[in-house]
Formats: sequence, C-alpha cells, structure tokens
Amino acid sequence: MLAAEAATESVAFPILPALIVVPLVTALLIALIPSSRVEYLKLAALTGSSIAGAMSAYVLVAFEVSNGGLQFVSQTTWVEELGLSWFLAVDGISLFLVVLTGLLFPIAIVATEPHHDPKPYYMWLMLLMAGSFGVFMALDLLLFFLFFEIVLVPMYFLIGGWGHGRRIYAALKFFLYTMAGSALMLVGIVSLAFLTARNTGDPVTFDVTALAEAQALGTTAQRLIFLSFAMAFAVKVPLFPVHTWLPDAHTEAPTAGSVILAGVMLKLGTYGFVRFGVYLFPQAAHDLAPIFFTLGTIGIVYGAIAATMQKDLKRLVAYSSVAHLGFIVIGVFSMNNQGLEGAILQMVNHGISTGALFILVGWIYERRHTRQISELSGLQKPAPILAAAFTWVMFSSIGLPGLNGFPGEFLILLGGFSAARWWTVIAVSGVILAALYLLWAYQRVFHGEATGDNADMPDLRFSEGMAILPLLLLIVFMGVYPKPVLDRIEPAVDVLIEHVSLNVDGFEEPEPDRIEPAGVPELTEALEKGESHGDDHSDDHSDDDHSDDDHSEEEGEG
Amino acid sequence: MTALLLGQQDQIQAPLDIPGIEWSLMWPLLILSIGGVLLITITSLVPSTRHRGFPAGATAALGITSLFFLPWMSDRVAESEGRRLFIVADALVVDGFTIWVTAVICVSLALVALLLDDYLRREGLDGPEWYVLLLMSASGGILLASAEDLIVAFLGLEILSIAVYVLAALHLRRSDSQEAGFKYFTLGALSSAIFLYGIALTYGATGSTRLTDIGTAINSVGARGLVPSEDSSLILVAMALLIVGFGFKVSAAPFHIWTPDVYEGAPTPVVAFMASVVKVAGFAGLLRVFVVGFGGLHADWRPLLAAMAVLTLLVGAFLALVQTNIKRMLAYSSITHAGFMLVGVHAAGSPTEATAILGGNAVLFYMLAYSLMAIGTFGVVTVVGRQGDGDHHLDAYKGLARRSPVLAVFLGFLLFAQSGVPFTSGFFAKFRVIAASADAEQYGLAAVAMVAAVIGAFLYLRVVVAMFMGDPEDNHDTDDDDAEAPVRVNLPIPLAVLVAVGLCVLGTLVLGLVPGVVADALGDGGSSLGR
Repeated sequence: MLAAEAATESVAFPILPALIVVPLVTALLIALIPSSRVEYLKLAALTGSSIAGAMSAYVLVAFEVSNGGLQFVSQTTWVEELGLSWFLAVDGISLFLVVLTGLLFPIAIVATEPHHDPKPYYMWLMLLMAGSFGVFMALDLLLFFLFFEIVLVPMYFLIGGWGHGRRIYAALKFFLYTMAGSALMLVGIVSLAFLTARNTGDPVTFDVTALAEAQALGTTAQRLIFLSFAMAFAVKVPLFPVHTWLPDAHTEAPTAGSVILAGVMLKLGTYGFVRFGVYLFPQAAHDLAPIFFTLGTIGIVYGAIAATMQKDLKRLVAYSSVAHLGFIVIGVFSMNNQGLEGAILQMVNHGISTGALFILVGWIYERRHTRQISELSGLQKPAPILAAAFTWVMFSSIGLPGLNGFPGEFLILLGGFSAARWWTVIAVSGVILAALYLLWAYQRVFHGEATGDNADMPDLRFSEGMAILPLLLLIVFMGVYPKPVLDRIEPAVDVLIEHVSLNVDGFEEPEPDRIEPAGVPELTEALEKGESHGDDHSDDHSDDDHSDDDHSEEEGEG
Repeated sequence: MTALLLGQQDQIQAPLDIPGIEWSLMWPLLILSIGGVLLITITSLVPSTRHRGFPAGATAALGITSLFFLPWMSDRVAESEGRRLFIVADALVVDGFTIWVTAVICVSLALVALLLDDYLRREGLDGPEWYVLLLMSASGGILLASAEDLIVAFLGLEILSIAVYVLAALHLRRSDSQEAGFKYFTLGALSSAIFLYGIALTYGATGSTRLTDIGTAINSVGARGLVPSEDSSLILVAMALLIVGFGFKVSAAPFHIWTPDVYEGAPTPVVAFMASVVKVAGFAGLLRVFVVGFGGLHADWRPLLAAMAVLTLLVGAFLALVQTNIKRMLAYSSITHAGFMLVGVHAAGSPTEATAILGGNAVLFYMLAYSLMAIGTFGVVTVVGRQGDGDHHLDAYKGLARRSPVLAVFLGFLLFAQSGVPFTSGFFAKFRVIAASADAEQYGLAAVAMVAAVIGAFLYLRVVVAMFMGDPEDNHDTDDDDAEAPVRVNLPIPLAVLVAVGLCVLGTLVLGLVPGVVADALGDGGSSLGR
C-alpha cells in the first residue's frame, strides 16, 4: 500500500541516489588530489559534504508535511533473480536522520583536522557519509543490510588509523561486536524473505513495505527473526549488556569519528528498531517489549552511574550516550504516538547535543592533550567562550526545558508512562542522574583555580566558534519550537501505529480522542508553559487505560 | 583399474564399439591438453622461447582462447534435448554446469600464469615445465567437472592432482616446498585410493559407473529399506568413501590436515592455483557425483555433509586465529570458505527442485568469487614474499600501506571481500549460500556459517591492522605518525602481477556491485544438475 502510493509521487531528479553519489564522487576526487596539497583535500571534503548537506536540506524543504507515506521514492531493480532492488525513500521517520547526517559531516570536517595522512582520512569520511545516507534511506531489506555493514569499514579505519591510545583494540572490538551482532540478522533477513514468499506464494522480495504488509509468519518464526534483528540493533544502540564496545570506540576515536559515531551511527540501532523491528514484526515487538523496557531502563541507570564514575571526560560523554539511548529504546517500544515521536525526536536531539559535546571535548583535548578530569581545572577563566558553549550543550544534554533535550525526553516519558509505567518511573531517575554527572564534571573541569597548563589554555578560535554555532542555535530552536519537526514526524508515526494496531492481537491503542489532546499542538504549548500541564495529561490518560496499567503493573512486580 | 574396465566390458558383452567423438564440444579440454604438449615441444625445439614470458603468455592465451568457445557450446547445449549433451560414449556431459566450471577454471588458469611468470624469474626457476603442468592440471579439472562416468571422474581427479603434486614440490631450492609436495602426494595418493575403492563398491552395488545409471539404480530400487540389506550397506559405504575422497580435495575437515602445511610450503602462485582450480574442480565433482549420482540417497549423505560443513567452518575459523604465517592463515581461511561451499552443496542436495537450484547456484557463484579473491590475495602474497618466497610472517606486512600503497589497498580490499563485506563478490557468495540454506530450512547451519564468518573476519582484520595501522604492541602510546615500517624495503610490483591482481580486484568489485552480470550463465549452471 505504502509502496503503491509512494511510487506515484516519485520526483524527476533522483535526489536520494544523488545523496549517496555526491560523497562517493568526492571521495574519488580526493583520491586524485596529491597528498601534499592538504588544504585542497580539506576543501574538497568540505565542499562535497556541504553539497550533500545542502541537498539533504532541500529534501527537508521539499518534504510534504502532512504526508505519512514514503516520499522521493527511487526504485530500480538490482538483481532480479534474487529479488533485490535499489529502493530508496524517506518518510517522517528517516527524514531528520538524513538531514542530521547532512549537517554533522560538514561540521565534523570543519571542526577538526587529522594529525596525519589527511588524504585517506577524508576519503574514509566521505565513504562513511555515503554509507550513512544509504542506511537511513534504504527500504529494501538487503540493501539496508549492505549499508548497515559497509559503514563499519570506514569507521574501523577512522578509529584504527587516526584514534588515540588503544585505538587498534577499540577498532577491532567495534568491528567484531557489530559484525557479530549483525551476522544472525542476515540469516533472519533471508529467512523472513523466503518464508514470506513461501507462505504468500509471491516471488521472493526484500521490499520492506511488501514484507510488512504481508505479515505471513507464524508467531515463533516472527519472534525468532525479530530477535535476530534485535541482536544487531541492540549492539548498535548499544543496549546493556552488549554496550562495552561503545566506551572504547568513542574514547579512542578521533573527534570527527566520535561525532559521527554518536550522532549518526548509534541511531542505526534505534532507527532499525522502529523501521525494521516494530514495522516488520509488530506482534513480536509488542510481545517482547518488556525485555527491551528492562534493558533500556538498565541502560539508563547503569549508563548514568558509570558516567558519574568516569575519570576521562570523553568516556563520560560516551557513557551518557548509553543512558540517552536507553530512553529512546523505551520510547520506541512503548509503541504509541508520544513514545515513538519522542524517540525519533530524541534521536535527532541526541545527535546534535552529543555531537557538540564530543567536538568540545575534542577541542579541550587538542589544547591540553589530556582528557583526564583530574588534570583539568578552572578552564572557565582562560577559555570563557568554550565554557559557555559547553554549558549550553551540557544543559541540552541534561534535558533542561527550553533546550532540545527536553521535548524528546518528555514525550518519551509520557509515552512510556502509559505503556510501561514502572519502568518509566525508574527511567526518570536518569534525568536526575544526568544532571549529576554532567554538572559535577563541569564543576571539576571548568570551575576552581586554573592551575599549571590549564591557565594558558587558548579559547575558541573564530572558525571553531562558527563551526559549533549552528549546533548551538539548533539546540535552542528545537527546544523552544519543536513543532515543525514534530509535524513532519507525526504523520509517519500515525501510519506506523495504524499498521501496528492492525497486525497485533489485543493491541490496546489509546482511544483516538483521548490521545489527541496530548498530541502535538497542545503538547508544544505544554512544553512552553512548563511541566505541570503535561503531568496532568499523563495522569488523565493513564487513568483511562486500566487494562494497560494492570498489565504493566503485573509485569513490573513480577 | 584395468580389472574394473574389463569387468565393465564383460557385462556389456558386445564387441568393442568405437564411439563417435564430438570433438567440437571438447574444445577447452583439447586446447589446454594439446596446448600443453605443444608448449613443451616448442620450448624444447626452440630454446629461445623458454624465457621472457613466452610460456606464461602462451598459457594465459590458451586459457582465454578456451573461453571463446564457451558461448558457442552454450548455444549447442541450449538447442539440445534436456539442455545437456552426452558425448564420447556417454563418458562426458556438456551442460550449463560444465560450461560454468570450465569458464572459472580457464580464467583462474590465465590469472595464475600471470602470477607465475615473475615469480619464476625472481626465484631463478624459469622453465616451461611449470606451465605445462598447470595446463595439464587444468584440463584434468575440466575433465572432472564434465565427467558423467565415475571412471572418467577418477581420471580427471588424477590428472588434476598429480600435476599439482609436482608443482608443489617444484621450488628446487626450498626444502619446505619439497616437504609440501611429498606430504600432498602421500595424503593425496591415499585419498585417491579411497576414492577408487568407493567407485568399485558403487559399481558393485549398482552395476554401473555412469552417474545417470547409478542415479536410476538407486531410485528404482527405491529408498533405503527396499534394497536388500547387504546392497544397501554396500552403496552407503561406497558413498562414504567417495565423500572422503572429495573431502580431501576440497580440504574439508576432518580431511583438511594437509592444507596448512602444503599451502605454507608450496610456491605461492601454485597455492593460488590450488585454492582456485583444484578447489573448484573438487567441488564441481562433488556436486555432480552426489547430486546426479547419489541424489536418491540425499537423506543419507546430506546429514553427513552438514556435519562436515559445521566442522570445517569451525576448524577453519578458530585455527586461523592462532596463526602468524600469512599462508597458513589463508590456508585456514580457505578451509572456512570450503565450509561455506559445503553448506551450499548440502542445499543443492535438497529434494525440492527450487532449493536444489538455489544451492547449486550458490556453490557455482562461490567458486568464481572465491577463485578471484584467492588468486588476487596470493598474488599479493607472492610479491610480499620476496626472493626466496619466505617472507610470510605477519610482520612482513607491517606498514605495507606506506611501503607499497597499491599492494596494501588491493590486499585490504580482497581480505575485506573474503570476510564478506558488502558491495564485494564475497558478500553475495555468502548471501547466496545463506539464502539457499534458509530455503532448505537449515537455519542452524546458516547461523553456524555466519558465526564462523565473523570469527574468520578477525583473521583478515589482523592483516589489515598490520598493513594500515602498524603494530599494536609497539605504538600503543603514540597518537600520530607511528605506522612507520620496521624495514623499509622497496617492493616493486611486476606488471603481470599488477594486471592479474588488478583484474581479480576488478572482478570482485563488479560481482559485488552488479552480481546480475553472471545471472544467465549461473542459472544455466545451477539448473542443469536436475535428476
């Protein structure tokens, strides 16, 4: 249904394939520039990524706001015999992730420079950009898997080649963890396609929309295949207990690598859960949701506590990602409007604020050659602008109302509360813990007496300020006025929820007239007014869903 | 063997009938074998042709010339009844399968000849006999792939193997090479004997050595249980012996023990030949004999093959982890690849026709993909091994990216392809196997294969780390500019090797980006194994 609708809307210029092609061509051009002309290398990478970024911005502008289906569809048969097609499209779920990719790459290129071998560095970054675009736009299951796997290679080289300290260990761990997670997903993908073909009698296809519409699997098969997918996404998110690659990879990666890893690549896991977990296996996702609520909650609390204990500033930020992504997982598996919208919004927000945090930490490291919190102190005095920017981003990460961290987290908690009350109650503690670890770290690093080398740390250069400024502005914009973003996410989420409610036995969708008041327009009002209004809503709303509450209480106690 | 042949003749009880021979359908076979004879004659009579690349060029040209006859043969096959032609008194069969395997063998032969040329000059071993043996061996491989009769299959297997035994030992100044040749020969001869015994028992149980007749005999007496018990055990023992024989050739565990030693000791281009042509021919024989001949007993041999596949995958993946010699590493990696192909053969034995075709296609595609990756990889290893063919420790690869970026990039790409990274042929090879296996509802087998692929990936990453990221032990405390090569040795890349490896890389990339280019030929190949 989706595919049929979408096919009629295809636009003349294949903008989505172009998003993949432009960075690839840039990588080839960089290969042709002699290694000695460093300035041209950076210029080429910046130009290429900016063109791609501008194109992704065009997609955002040209996107039809109220359309929940797939847009900019581009579908070409690839391997007919195997039923593969080059099927790219965006909808409200993937749109902002594509734009985020287009935004973070140019910023990461401007913000930092490699210490050696700039040529392969920029080539890998460009290849990574092409792969990242592809993975969010692919609507053919196997094509998605191809992109999902291929992004490992550039990131592996970026961490291993330009990282710090135990970079090779971190790179290997990153590659093998992710590959091990996704190994069984390939078996799952193939089994899904072949079993569906066998049960429906249609030819084998990997078209996600067709597979989702078919829903031709038995309960056990659906659960097993869902779990094989979930394994891959859980490693990528990362969920407890398969998160251990993340602190290593983030800490040892070069700044640009950390920014992309946190900003773009972690979203592959949560995006995968939405697009390929909930959409393809609504029943299994609904049945097994308690597992993911539990793991998400553990991730939130554990990530926050671990972050508090870190001695390394970058590692602290890395662990904070574990906590933040736990929220997103809860939002996804609450499988209602607020939860899913909040999750998608939060994916974008986390990308912006954690990306910015990694850039700032990277600059501190460049200046001081240490990330140990104990060796840094009083940086506020020599570098007030850096400190201001850090404060700004830190408050966004904590989820201060008015900045971008808040609306997403709030929606997730709202959605989570109606779907999984007790898990959410525990998860809320993560918000407080986030304030604890970030403020404490800030205090130790920026306050106090600037001793030793800390006293002459240079402040931000103008170019650096310009690089971080777009992120700072977005943090405010999306905190104060998330409506334009939510307006584009909501229709797609509605379609998804409808799909879920059609295919899940006993799915208790909240009454439509009950959910609307808590929907987008008033929610934004609520956000602007403050928290109390929103709390009323969540109370109303949970009182109405007695059966749902009983259900979650039982499981919470058990 | 004479007794067997005599026995067969007794049964026919007719005066010896000279069969008509369809020479035109045997062109690749004839070109390679007669070409080999001509090559040694010419180089003996005209000594000046012995050097300066003439034998290598001639060998590559013969391999490529053979390719030109394949489309024509394919047309003949397409016109024929049942899309297969039995020739030479039903001893050989020409069908899509034969044509595909012949193509893979000819391409591999040409590429290996290019690798060998510089190697021999570097080692001071120049001589036409290497190429003659390569040509002979390749023609044996084609014979094995097109054999319709077990005796012919044995003939092909022996022609294939004996030439390679000699090739393995032909590096006269390296005792490793002699040892490798001797080991390969001893174990190979043993496996040939076992294989021959299997043929004898098959003949005893079914009254024929012709695969189609064996298939009919097995099917007509029906499944096991309808056959009188002693006959049933006879055919089962025969089947087991044949599996052992093939298992040795394709280096499937537990018959893989020779592989690391022989790969380590044999001259590197010869190893490339073993990993490509010998393996391809072995799998072609295995597929044809078991799917066509023993298809009716699939319920008996498929579990056996599944167990072998699991063992092969795990042995290859785990033992590769502890190696420090690159040739041994690649030997274990080739064992893992053999495990993948066995998973495909397992699916090809399925009684469901669609699944069987998927499985057959998977193995055929894997043959091509792996041959290209293996030849390219060993091509780089040949160059890095330097004079004496001894620099095969992982340390020799440290900082290769700085010493010789082209080699490092090629090898890195081929190793990632071998680990099954997307947009390379390696991915689609694995994908096809997994797809066939899932279609045969062997999810466990597919899962084991994928897990083995991940474990195996560590091996390739180690080499990549050494080439691009220096040594973890030395540099763990520095940030930049540390991948300095321990020894700065200039590594000139001979043109022929560059061309050969470049073609392998190109093929691997093309098959990964547009795997549909070979779809037609592949479809003919996989579907021609019907029973």
